[in-house]
Amino acid sequence: MRFFSRQRHAVRSLKLNMITEKKRQILIFLIFAAAVLAAPYFLKGNYLLNVFVFVGINTMLAIGLNLLLGYAGQISLGHAAFFGMGAYISGIITARFPVDPFLVMILAATIAGALAFVIGSPILKLKGHYLAMATMGFGIIMYIIFNETVDWTGGPSGLSGIPNLHIGSLIFDNDLNNYYLVWLSTLAVMLLSINLSQSRIGRALRAINDSEVAARVMGVNARILKVRIFTVSAVISAVAGSLYAHIMTFIAPASFGFNFSVELLTMVVVGGLGSIYGSFLGAAILTMLPELLRVFQDLDIIIYGLMLILMTMFMPGGLISGIEAAAGFIAARMKGTKDSDAQA
Amino acid sequence: MLRLNGITKVFGGLTALEDVSFSVDGGSITGVIGPNGAGKTTLFNIVTGLYTQTAGDVYLGEKNISFFETESLAGLGLVRTFQNVELFAQMTVLENVMVGLHTGSKSGIFSCAFKLPGQIKEEKYIREKSLEWLAFTGMADMADRKAGNLPFGKGRLLEISRALAAKPKIILMDEPAAGLNSRETAELAVLIRRIRETGITIVLVEHDMDLVMDICDAIVVLNLGKKLAEGTPREIQENPEVISAYLGDG
Amino acid sequence: MDSSRQLFQYILSGLSNGAIYALIGFGFAIIYNSTGIINFAQGEFVMLGGMLTIFFLTILNLPLTAAIILSIIISTMVGVSFERLAIRPLKNAKPLSLIIITIGASIFIRGAAMLIWGKDTHALPAFSSNDPLYIFGATILPQHLWIIGVTVLIIIGSRLFFNYSIAGKAMRACSYNARAAGLVGINVKSMVMLSFAISSAIGSIAGIIIAPLTMTSYDVGVMLGLKGFCAVIIGGMSSGMGTLLGGLLLGLLESLGAGFISASYKDAIAFIILLLILFIRPEGLFSKKETERF
Repeated sequence: MRFFSRQRHAVRSLKLNMITEKKRQILIFLIFAAAVLAAPYFLKGNYLLNVFVFVGINTMLAIGLNLLLGYAGQISLGHAAFFGMGAYISGIITARFPVDPFLVMILAATIAGALAFVIGSPILKLKGHYLAMATMGFGIIMYIIFNETVDWTGGPSGLSGIPNLHIGSLIFDNDLNNYYLVWLSTLAVMLLSINLSQSRIGRALRAINDSEVAARVMGVNARILKVRIFTVSAVISAVAGSLYAHIMTFIAPASFGFNFSVELLTMVVVGGLGSIYGSFLGAAILTMLPELLRVFQDLDIIIYGLMLILMTMFMPGGLISGIEAAAGFIAARMKGTKDSDAQA
Repeated sequence: MLRLNGITKVFGGLTALEDVSFSVDGGSITGVIGPNGAGKTTLFNIVTGLYTQTAGDVYLGEKNISFFETESLAGLGLVRTFQNVELFAQMTVLENVMVGLHTGSKSGIFSCAFKLPGQIKEEKYIREKSLEWLAFTGMADMADRKAGNLPFGKGRLLEISRALAAKPKIILMDEPAAGLNSRETAELAVLIRRIRETGITIVLVEHDMDLVMDICDAIVVLNLGKKLAEGTPREIQENPEVISAYLGDG
Repeated sequence: MDSSRQLFQYILSGLSNGAIYALIGFGFAIIYNSTGIINFAQGEFVMLGGMLTIFFLTILNLPLTAAIILSIIISTMVGVSFERLAIRPLKNAKPLSLIIITIGASIFIRGAAMLIWGKDTHALPAFSSNDPLYIFGATILPQHLWIIGVTVLIIIGSRLFFNYSIAGKAMRACSYNARAAGLVGINVKSMVMLSFAISSAIGSIAGIIIAPLTMTSYDVGVMLGLKGFCAVIIGGMSSGMGTLLGGLLLGLLESLGAGFISASYKDAIAFIILLLILFIRPEGLFSKKETERF
C-alpha cells in the first residue's frame, strides 16, 4: 500500500506548511499595522498626514467593495450611495441634535445595511451587465435624493456644521487624531475582512465567483450569501461615510456620485480583485494620484480610465499580484543561493 | 435511496424527457446510459434542482425533493459532478474540497470575521477532513496547486473528492470517464468501487460501455427521452431493443 | 395655457426625447446582440457626436453638413478602434472584465473630451429655422421634427439592413449562434467590429440631433447612455420595435412626470422604471420570455 503511505506523508508535510503559512500571514499583518501606526512620527507637520487620513477612509471603502466584487464576483457601481448615506445620516442628525455621534454612526450603518439587505434581494438576482446597470441606477437615484432633499441635505451646496467626533475630552479635530481614528478603524476592518476571506464564508464567496452552479450543488446558498455580503459591504461603506462627515465637517453630494463609485471600482481593480492588501494599495495610489497630478489638473479621470482598461487586459490580478510575484521570485532566488552555498 | 416517478420535461415545444421512472437501491452503483440526446444530463439537472420538471416527482429516501432548491440538496446527502468539470478554478485543490464541507459546517459571517473559538475549531476540522478526502482519492500531494491548472483527469478526481467531502449518501456522476485515458479510466473504476464500499450510493451517466458493464449493479437505458429498459448489465446486453437503439443510432 | 394644450406640449417633448433614447438604446442592442456585451461607453459616442460637430462648426468653421458627416465618421472610428484595441484582444473574457473595460473606455473618452474641449456647455445651432411651429396650439420646434424624422429614417434603414442585406443577415446569424455562423463561413470578428461601427455611428447621430435642443458638454454621455439603456431594457434587447416603443414610453413618462409631479426628480423617474423592470421583468415588456437556463 505505497499509495496510502505516500498520501499520508503528503498530508503531514502539508500540515507543517500550513502552520508556517499562518505565522507568515500574522507577521505580515503585524508589520503592516506597526508601519501604519508609526507613520505619523515620520510625517509630523507634513500635509501627507492629511492625505493618509483619506487613504484610510478609501481603503475601508475599497475593502467593502472588494468583498463583494473581488470575492463574490458581484459588481456594484452604486457603492458611493452607501458611503453617502453614512455621511448624510451622521451629518444631518449630529448637526441638528446634541446626540452621541458614535450612536448615530451605528444608526447610519444599520440603516444603510437594512437598505442594502432589502434592495439586495432583487438586485443580486441579476447577473453581470444587468447587475452593473441596476446598481448604477440605484446609485444615481440616491445621488438625486442627496441633491433634491434640500431641506435635509442642503442640496447641491452642501451640508455644513457637522461636529467633530470626540471621546471624553479627546476631540478629533486635527490630522494626527483623525489619522489614528481612521486607521484604527481601517485596521480593524482589514483584520476582520482577512479573517472572513480565509474562512468557510470567504471560500463560499470565491466558489460563487468561480462557478455559481457548482457552489450551489455543494450546498452554498448563493442567493442569501450574496445579499449578506452586499449588506456587510454597505455597512462598511456607511461607517466610512460617517467618519468622513465628522472629519470634513462639511459634505456635498458631489463626493457621493457615480464618478466616485467608478473611482472605488478603479481602486479595487488596480490594487487587486480579491486581495485585502491590494485594496489598500489601490486606495493609496488613487488617493495620492490627484495630489501628484496637481500640475496636470483634470488628467486623473483619463488615467483612471486607462488604468481600468490596461489592468484588466494585462494584469487582472492587480498590482498586488505583481508584487507577490516579485516577492516570490526574490524569495526563490535567495533560497536558491542558500542552497547552492550549502552545496559548496 | 433515490426514486424517480414519471419525470417529464418539456422545453418550449420539445419533450426532452417523457414519463421516466426508476429507482436506485441504496449502496448500489447504477448506470444511466443512452445515445446522445437521450436526456441523461437533463435528468440529472432535474434531480439536482437546476431544472424544474414539467411533471413527476423525485424522492430521496422517503422525502419528496421535487421542488427543493439545488443548494438544499447537499445537506440532505445528494451531490453531483459535472460533465464539463465545474471546479473553483481560482482556488487551490484543498480549498475546493473545503467548500465540499460547507454544509457540514455552520459558522456565519460574524463568527468567521471575529474568529470566535467555535469557528477556529470548525476550521481545523474542515481542513483535516478535506485532507483526509484528498488522501482517499490520492490527490494530497497536489493540495497546494491551483485547481484551474490541473490536468483534466486530475480535475475530475478533484470534483469527486469535493463531492465526497459533503458526506453524501448518494453521488450523481455525469460522464466521469469522459476525456480520461484508459489508465485513468481503470483507476476511476477502482475509486468508484472504493467509494461504494464506504456505503455511498452512486448513479452515473456514462458512454464508456466497458466501464458501465464492469462496475454497475443496475443499468437504466434512456432513448429519445423515454426509458427503454432497465436491469443488470447482463440483461441489458442481451436486450434486443437496446441493441437496436444503439445500432440504429450508429 | 389650458391643461390639454399643456398636456400636448409634454407629449411632444416627451416623444422627441424618447426618440433619442430609442436611438441610443438601439446602439446598446446592436452590440449586445452580436457580442453579449453591454457597452458602458455607449453614451460617450452620443457625447462625441454633439461635441465633435460643435468643434468642426465653430472652431474649424466648416459648414453644418460637413461638420455632421465628419463627426459621425470620427465617432465611428473611435468605436471601431475601441473594439480593435480593447475588446477583441480579450477572447473569452468574463463579463466582469468586459464591464470594467467598457467603463474604463467610457471615462477615458469622457476625460479626453474634457481635456480637449473643457467643461463648458455648448449649444449647436438648430439645423433649420429656430421659429416654433404651432400645431393645435402647442409649440413645436423644427428641431423636434428633425429628431423624429431622423429616428424614423434610422429605424427603417436598420430594418432594411438587418433583413435584406448580406452583412445584416450575417450579423443576425452571429447573434443567434456565433459558432454556427463561423462554421458557415461568416467572419464573426468583422461582424463584431461592424456592430461597434454601426452602434457608435447611431449613437453619435443621436448626440448630434439632440444637441441643438438640450445643449451638450463633455459629461452628457452618462445620463443619456443610462436612459438609452433604460429604453432598451423596457423594450427588450431582442426587439428593434420594442426599443423604439421603450424609448418613446420612457420619454413620455419622464416628460409627464416632470410636468405634473416634480421637475427635480425627472432623472430619477427613468432609473426607478429601470430598476422596477429589471426586478420584475428583466427580459423587457415587449419581448417573449426566454427559456430558463442556469
